[in-house]
This record gives sequence, structure tokens and C-alpha cells, in this order.
Amino acid sequence: MSDESAAVEDSVSEDSVSEDSVSEQTAPQRFGARCGESSGQAVLFATVDQYADVCQAAFDDGFDQLIDLTAVDYLTFAGARPLPTEVAAERYEVVTQLINHQRRERIRIRTQVPADHPEIASVFDLWPGSENLEREVFDMFGIVFTDHPDMSRVLMPESWDGHPLRKDYAIGSIPVQFKSASNQR
Amino acid sequence: MTDIDTEPRVDGSARVRTRSERSAVLRLSEEAAAQIGTEPSHEDDHRVLLNMGPSHPSTHGVLRLMLEMEGETVLRSKPVVGYLHTGMEKQAEQLSYLQGCTNVTRMDYASPLFTELAFSLATEKLLGIEVPERAIWIRMLMSELNRMSSHLLFMATNGMDLGAVSMMIYGWREREEVLRFFEKVTGLRMNHNYIRPGGVAADLPDGWQADVERLLEIIPPRLDEYDVLMTGQPIWRDRLQGVGAINTDEALALSATGPILRSTGYAWDLRRDEPYLAYPEVDFDVIVGSYGDCYDRYAIRLNEIRESMRIVEQILDRMPAGDYRIQDKKVTPPPRVRIDQSMEALIHHFKIFTEGFKVPEGEAYAAVESPRGELGVYMVSDGTSTPYRMHVRGPSFINVQCMPHMMQNGLIADAVAIISSVDPIMGEVDR
Repeated sequence: MSDESAAVEDSVSEDSVSEDSVSEQTAPQRFGARCGESSGQAVLFATVDQYADVCQAAFDDGFDQLIDLTAVDYLTFAGARPLPTEVAAERYEVVTQLINHQRRERIRIRTQVPADHPEIASVFDLWPGSENLEREVFDMFGIVFTDHPDMSRVLMPESWDGHPLRKDYAIGSIPVQFKSASNQR
Repeated sequence: MTDIDTEPRVDGSARVRTRSERSAVLRLSEEAAAQIGTEPSHEDDHRVLLNMGPSHPSTHGVLRLMLEMEGETVLRSKPVVGYLHTGMEKQAEQLSYLQGCTNVTRMDYASPLFTELAFSLATEKLLGIEVPERAIWIRMLMSELNRMSSHLLFMATNGMDLGAVSMMIYGWREREEVLRFFEKVTGLRMNHNYIRPGGVAADLPDGWQADVERLLEIIPPRLDEYDVLMTGQPIWRDRLQGVGAINTDEALALSATGPILRSTGYAWDLRRDEPYLAYPEVDFDVIVGSYGDCYDRYAIRLNEIRESMRIVEQILDRMPAGDYRIQDKKVTPPPRVRIDQSMEALIHHFKIFTEGFKVPEGEAYAAVESPRGELGVYMVSDGTSTPYRMHVRGPSFINVQCMPHMMQNGLIADAVAIISSVDPIMGEVDR
């Protein structure tokens, strides 16, 4: 039994080493952004300025469906993120997952969004299915998607203050702040 | 269907991309809606803003719809969600990987095992571990049974929503048979916390084959009864055929997956196209429709129950022997008997359940084909024993976006059929 677990641990460390070396050494580009690999999945690293062009290029290449769009707040992240050198780490990361059904291929675009200006282009015109997902990211992280048809909260009440999934948003002991019906957004 | 549609309809994905007034989506804030009120507008069109829900028998929980009506016809609509939001993704950042399953299982409460499975697969991807063969097959058995129970629930609620009230009783009856088996295996009818990182919580109980065989025996004749009661009935067909139609381009553009995408004739099923567990080793068909209407979505789910039973039958014959969870000390607590014998085992057990196990730094996405579409978990680990971020791609949350496009220019009575055929589970929409 102990032999087995040792073998498992070995394979874990091997994986993480090869993963790092792929993103550090070969430095391949795709859709104008650096690409790498994470847990066996293709990842593109983009800056907030590259994002719209990367998405357009991916769309033109046949990535016909947006599967998921979410964000991560790296404010309290202890370790160093394995990002390519030309992409500076920022507080927020918008994670867009696309799928190409013909080639059965998926890519994940990790876009760095700065904390002092949390704004990124909306991909509504390419994949209208992003509408609710972008609203959710706005609701939970306060990242604004420019040129989105309806940039409003989706899960929290429209009158809510703050963005709950930010790491500096306290948990517990929050007085419930529902207000009367007519209020500002 | 209606003769007020004078302007030429834009078809295909251009229709769902439009931002103009003619879009099917009503983009209106609460404040603006309150100002408009429910009085008919003074212009010639007599448009009325109608509120439906959040507490309405047909809304499957707390879905609210804001409908812009002209007479009986729906022009634009907005699904208003969030009434069940409890911050589960925030909660997940406080819970260890072992506790995480108790949290995610409460999202899609009609098919809880799928969320547990996606959560476990994502964790295992980060850990870089492979679960034993038997655990894989148990997971597959439980997933397919859960797909059956979830679709049986759909049969019941879809029937009820459309006036086939006795169908509700039949659907719940068959679902209860499956849930009874779940209770025997996991201890609970719902919210099982059964599939966990590293395998499953417990081995299948003695005599499980007989129970599954009994299910395979009693359910097919009852599905044939459903055919008599609904599938071939002219009233049923009139109520569903051609209602809420959507085409492949629109479904892809709206990020729809599962029965909604397949109803348009697009064969995409993660079990076949991006296989996980041991699905390549079993034989099954991907059911597709051709018109993308409510009837196709109903028929797909009915036949998916039959396909799931086909898979369960194969699993029954081929269930491998062996461990039901990985014997990796890092992830799995020691067996109960060893705790009495060994101090180390006791400490180890204590550590796993208090601190939890640490997961290497990294990020991963794992997806499974849930009864409602692609259910994915995106997980970021910072090397501690709780996820740094855990995001669930709930298929229901994304599929509700299709509703306004399906409802546009249809009748209000059909809106009920459409909500039902999208089959949203609000626990997963709101999380």
C-alpha cells in the first residue's frame, strides 16, 4: 500500500514539473497570445488589451461556442502564478473557456484585469451566450464588460453594495440590506 | 402561429445577437419596470408588462419572468434569477476539499451526483491521482441512475405543467424507486455526498445487483405507459410540437448544451465526444431531435432514460471487483478497524477530517454531461486544503438564456411549456 501511494506522489511531482517547463521553454503563440498547458488543457495568457483580438481570432478559427466565463480574484493568493514573462500578473483574472466542436478542442483564455481599472471587452457580439456569465462576473467581482447590452447584477439584488466573490469582501455578519422596491441600480 | 409578426424574422444566430428593440431579451431594470407598471402603453400597440413568478407552480422553484405582452403574445421577456442565491461559490472557499462535496451537491438538487462528480474530477485532476477501476464504474452506475431519476422528474413536472396531471404521480412514483436505491447506497435520497475526491464514500451494499435488476425490470413497461399516455396523444403533440423552436446556430450561440442543443439535431454529448469515466467501454446512443421544439426535448429525455438503462445493464454485468476508493494515504482516511489498532491511523484520520488534505497549486476544469448539459467545475488551488476559487458552470444558469428566444412571438400559455422543457433547476441557476 505504501509503495502505491509513493508511486502516486511521484507522478504528481512529474506532472507539475513538465507543466512548468512547457510554459517556460517553448513559448508558443496562438491567436496572438502566449499559450501553455495546465492540467492537460490548453491555456492562453492574454492581457486585457489583447483579449478582444484573441477572442475574435479564436472565433474565426472555429471556436463556435463559449462554454464558460468566470473570474478569479488573486488578491490573497500566496504562491506565484506560472504566467509568461510578458504578461504581468494583475489582481483579477477573467477565465474564458471556448470549444471547437469540429476539432473537439477546448481552450481557456486567462486574461489579466488590473484592480485599479477593472474593465474588459464584452464578447457578446461573438458569443451571445456570454450575456448572463458576464453579468455574473460583474455582479460578483465588479469587473465591467464594455459594450455589454445589459451590464447589471444578475444574482444579487440590484441595490446590493459590494461584490461578494472579491477576496476582501468579508464573510458572515453582514446585515441584510434589502431595501424597498424603487431604488437605484 | 401569430399574425402580428409583420416584420421579417431574422433567423439563425443573427437573431440572438441583436441588441435592438426587436431582440427577444427584455433588458429592463427593476426600477424602469416599476415606472412602466402593468398598465397598457398609450401607443397603438397596447403592450403590457406582465410579471410571472417567482412563486408560480410552473416555474420549478423561484424563477421569475418579466414578460412584455401584446394581447396573448409574448414579445420580449427577461428571466429574473437570484432568488435562491446563497453564495455557494464563496462558501466553497471556506470548506476543505472533503467538505466541498456536501456544498456542491446542493446546487442541482435533482441530479446531485453530477455536481459531486465534476467537483471530484477537478480535484483529482489537480491532485494528479487516478481512482480505482471499481470506483469509476460505481460512479458511472450512480450517474446513470441519477440521470434516470432526473429525467423521470422532468417527465412528472412536464406532464403537470401541460395539464397531464396524473403523469405527475407516475413520474414521481418511478423516481422514488430510483431514490430508494440511492438511499440504500448513500444513506440519503438527495444531497448524497457520495462521490468524493479519491473515489466514493462507501462500497455498494450487498445485494445491489438485485435492486438494480428490479429497477431495470419495472421501469421499461412504465416508460411504455408514458408513450401511451403522452407521446402518441394528439393533444400532447399539439401542445408541444412547433412550440419554442430553436435552431442549431442559435443554440450554439447561446451556449446551450445538453437536451436543448441535441434537440436541434446536433449530436454533442460529452460522454461520447469527450469521454470521462469508463464511457468508451459501454455501448449507448446519443439521442438527437430534428426540430428543436418542446416535443423534441421531451422525446430526447424520454429516450435518454432508455439509453441510461442500457448503460446500467452493461455496468451490472461488468462491475469490476476491487477498491471503491484510492488507497492513497494523502487523500483517503484509514479504514475504521485500523483506527482502533494504530495510533498513527487515529492521528491520520483526525488530520484528514480537521485540516483536510492539501492540493498542489494550479487550476483545472473538469466537465461532465449532466441531464441538463455540460456541468463543469473550474477550480483554482493555492496549495492549501481549501480551494482558492471554485466555480461551477451550471447548465441551467446558461440554458435559461434560451427562454426569451424560444418564447418570442409565442403565446403566454406556451411560455409554461417552454419553461418546463428547458428544465431549469433553480438551485443550480442561483447557486
